[in-house]
Amino acid sequence: MPEACLYIARSSAIAARALAGEMMVMNSADSTFFTLNPVATVIFQAADGQTPLSEIVRDHICEQFDIDPEQALKDAEQFVAELSSHGILIVSSQPLVSEAAR
Amino acid sequence: MSLMSEVGQKAFSLGVPIAVHMDVTYRCNERCVHCYLDHDDHGEMTTVEIKDVLDQLAEAGVFFITFSGGEVLMRRDFFEIVEYARRLMFNVKIKTNAVMIHKKEAQRIRELGVDTIQISVYSHRPEVHDAITKLPHSFERTVKAIRFLREQGLRVTIANVLMTANSSDHSGVQELAAELGVQYTLDPTITPMMDGDTSVLSLRIPGEELKEIFHNPALVGNQEDFCAPPKPPSEEDLEGYSCSAGHSFCYISPYGDVFPCVQFPLPTGNIRQQKFLDIWNFSPQMKEVRSIQAKDLTVCSSCSHVSSCTRCPGLAYMEGSMRGPSSADCEKSFYRTGVPTANMLRQGLSKPRTTSVNTAPLIQIRPVQVRPITVPA
Repeated sequence: MPEACLYIARSSAIAARALAGEMMVMNSADSTFFTLNPVATVIFQAADGQTPLSEIVRDHICEQFDIDPEQALKDAEQFVAELSSHGILIVSSQPLVSEAAR
Repeated sequence: MSLMSEVGQKAFSLGVPIAVHMDVTYRCNERCVHCYLDHDDHGEMTTVEIKDVLDQLAEAGVFFITFSGGEVLMRRDFFEIVEYARRLMFNVKIKTNAVMIHKKEAQRIRELGVDTIQISVYSHRPEVHDAITKLPHSFERTVKAIRFLREQGLRVTIANVLMTANSSDHSGVQELAAELGVQYTLDPTITPMMDGDTSVLSLRIPGEELKEIFHNPALVGNQEDFCAPPKPPSEEDLEGYSCSAGHSFCYISPYGDVFPCVQFPLPTGNIRQQKFLDIWNFSPQMKEVRSIQAKDLTVCSSCSHVSSCTRCPGLAYMEGSMRGPSSADCEKSFYRTGVPTANMLRQGLSKPRTTSVNTAPLIQIRPVQVRPITVPA
């Protein structure tokens, strides 16, 4: 289902660091600051632009957290859309080159 | 409490060095009269060494990094360092005098995703600014650079250090900041040289002028709150700590020395000899700094200002004891509230002793020239 595939990559404009299992993320363009909970942190860290979101959810979220796959993907898409609207993540239907090194 | 404050507190309680100030050089193209640094190069870290430090800092959980100096752009590899830091996803702030920033450099800073650039401006009067920096035309060059940075949409803050020579210029600098569309911050603290020389303290503004500043709503916001008499300290206040130095913040010199803060010259280790985390976690000096609660302070624990004072443990250390009072902060507390501090009372003083040991001005400023600031964009 290629039309359903979403690829996500971290923007090069952001700063990020994990603090006690939660990711702090700041967009230098507007200084918006977020903290991501452990589940969101896993998605953020796996956002390499090459792995489809569905695969990230299946391999990282459902593996680590006891969660319904369908619900997990739905939540992940919502989370990705929100971070994308703040310029934190870049979303595409094609594989991306991650702008940030790590 | 803001999310940022929550995160800061979390880092503090976990002992994570969330913010680091790194001077990449002490070399400078200006010779500011109040500067506390020796500008000779005594063996700065190389590019490779700094990149290794940045790797270690990222590993240690550092999120905010401020690159300062000296003048950061005296290093030819400065943008390479910033680029590396950004690849490691640090939030990068730069402190600079900006005289070496032109359009090309401003573009580069934007491309690298730098968060904020803090620039020292001492006066809206070019002759006053240039007399303090001792670099002819530095005002013109600095203001021009601010315009370049603003054209790139970058966030700029003007830092206005106040001293005897420019004590009446803060409103002019504030207006200049507004005209340039940048933030303004004022700092009336002149600190001793890092080698302990206190001669520069004679440049501190006199107490009565400090009082005027602290009672100026344009500078302090809600003046009534800001200048309110101190509240009696609670038990929680006495269990508290002075600041984040050594708890969630530290300073690294161009030579790899690690200190609790840029204003706290207590050596805790050197990155050329030890891993950063070994210094941060195991240095006896860091541990000692971390252990000091308000109740342990020799004089300040009994001071009515203890819960609201800006007491700097670094300045106290430079005065003789990191557990002792910092006269500069006693002075600020007094002129802010009109209430003498415990440190003053034990010396039988009803107002702070003047820090000025030399009443003659160290720099000569020509009379005020009223002329518009015309800096080509």
